[in-house]
Amino acid sequence: MDDSSRFVARHVQGLPKSGIRDFFAIVSQMRDAISLGIGEPDFITPYAIRDAAIQALEKGKTSYTDNRGLKSLRDAISGYVEQNYRVSYNPETEIVTTIGVSEALDMVLRAVLNPGDKVLYHEPCYVSYSPSIKLCHAEAIAVQTSAREKFALTATALRAAWQPGCKALLLNFPTNPTGGTASRELLAEIAAFAQEKDLLVLSDEIYSELTFDGAHTSIASLPGMRERTIFLHGFSKAFAMTGFRVGYACGPAGVIDALLKIHQYAIMCAPIASQEAAVEALLHGRDAMLHMRDKYRERRDLIVRRFNELGLPCHLPRGAFYAFPDISPTGLDSLSFAQQLLQAQKVAMVPGTAFGPGGAGFCRASFSTSYENIIQAGDRIGRFLDARQKTTA
Amino acid sequence: MNAVLKLLLEGEPLDAAQLAQILALPQAEVDAQLAALKNEGVFLGWRAVLNPSFDEDKVVRALIEVKVRPEGGFGYDHIAERISRFEQVETCYLLSGAFDLLVMVKDQNLRKVAAFVHERLAKIEGVQSTATCFMLRAYKEQGYVLNNGRIDPDKPVVSP
Repeated sequence: MDDSSRFVARHVQGLPKSGIRDFFAIVSQMRDAISLGIGEPDFITPYAIRDAAIQALEKGKTSYTDNRGLKSLRDAISGYVEQNYRVSYNPETEIVTTIGVSEALDMVLRAVLNPGDKVLYHEPCYVSYSPSIKLCHAEAIAVQTSAREKFALTATALRAAWQPGCKALLLNFPTNPTGGTASRELLAEIAAFAQEKDLLVLSDEIYSELTFDGAHTSIASLPGMRERTIFLHGFSKAFAMTGFRVGYACGPAGVIDALLKIHQYAIMCAPIASQEAAVEALLHGRDAMLHMRDKYRERRDLIVRRFNELGLPCHLPRGAFYAFPDISPTGLDSLSFAQQLLQAQKVAMVPGTAFGPGGAGFCRASFSTSYENIIQAGDRIGRFLDARQKTTA
Repeated sequence: MNAVLKLLLEGEPLDAAQLAQILALPQAEVDAQLAALKNEGVFLGWRAVLNPSFDEDKVVRALIEVKVRPEGGFGYDHIAERISRFEQVETCYLLSGAFDLLVMVKDQNLRKVAAFVHERLAKIEGVQSTATCFMLRAYKEQGYVLNNGRIDPDKPVVSP
């Protein structure tokens, strides 16, 4: 009998399993299912980027790199961030390459949080934010955003959620799962609040290139914010490089040095071939990235229109590749809707509650899939809703 | 670019009804645009793209490099158009470089392709020489990398 769980730390025992995992188990066993549950690009990494990794291996580049990452990559990151986000970081002291944004976020949380510190973050959000904070023996304070306000984070909501002991504010725009973005004006309000309360801002910008309407602004570029913001970014979404596992953290040297200490003991460095591919992505991957962004925008328009036609109100996500329709007109809760739809019509959507209680009444539908899948999924959802209407009438 | 044409070029298998849904247009409008593209000679028709290995036991394919002497007043056009009329010719291009026309042919066996070259092609007035290259194996067909289309069973079907 396996009773090894008695060895597991209390704070880990207390963490819930990801709500997505159970779903994944069901869908992966199901034949002919159409998955709108995929949180990664359906594109394969552009070949020139893959080829850079292949060439690195052929040249025998199989070693560790500098803990901070290849100098060529840090130079490329510095140039890319300055050009696209209007904030400048010194590649020698202010940039660390990580294993995706996930590691960057984990490292920075571990570097700055003392037990009992509090971190504000907005919900619905990516599933790992709250657990990552709790793993640092810190307290995760959710700021709920609402469908009524198109899931925008407001300074008013932040102020209401703030408590003494809050040390950091974690932001993610565009947002997974709502596709919400933040205007420059809104970010300025949030920035003023962060300065007033002396908060360190952790800005997860992983979907920033996938902004469809208007320009993306990073809070790090606003006056007075560079010195209190850690800019977290990576290659997974914009360049379709999830499997390469490369990301980075940029920020003032004091925090980056602390983060680097943990990174060098825990990880050493990101894989060298992935770093070489990342250099290629930054220097020459823009056209391929823009092509993918255009495709996502066209698919977004289709899936959002389809949900609205079907009577599931859906706002137009301004970024990322997720639609977040309101499924409450069916009278079902998020989980029941997702489960029944999967059983009846073999379409997988992720219940909104997997992203926090604020997602109740919603489901996430990824449009990182083909037109054909989106059209077929729409038809199947239509049949599901018709059948429900008949049985409840 | 015409929105219907742009979608066609992306190569997803979409019928007119699906095109209409994506473009938020009535299907009649998509049909009309397709008809207009056909009239203009832009959109030539629907054709499945098959892996050439599908019929490799029954078919041989060859690329023929053809040198021709241009005709006064017509240049290469008459000869190229004449070659293009043969059913076994799938594609015919005028190229710059060491030869003039690249002719892609498909027939049931090697003997028939050879017969086409020496009994038909070589006898056309103006054709000076031919060099026939038989296709051995296809690696990419009209944008599709072959043997690369399998769904990766390790890729998660639901992820955060």
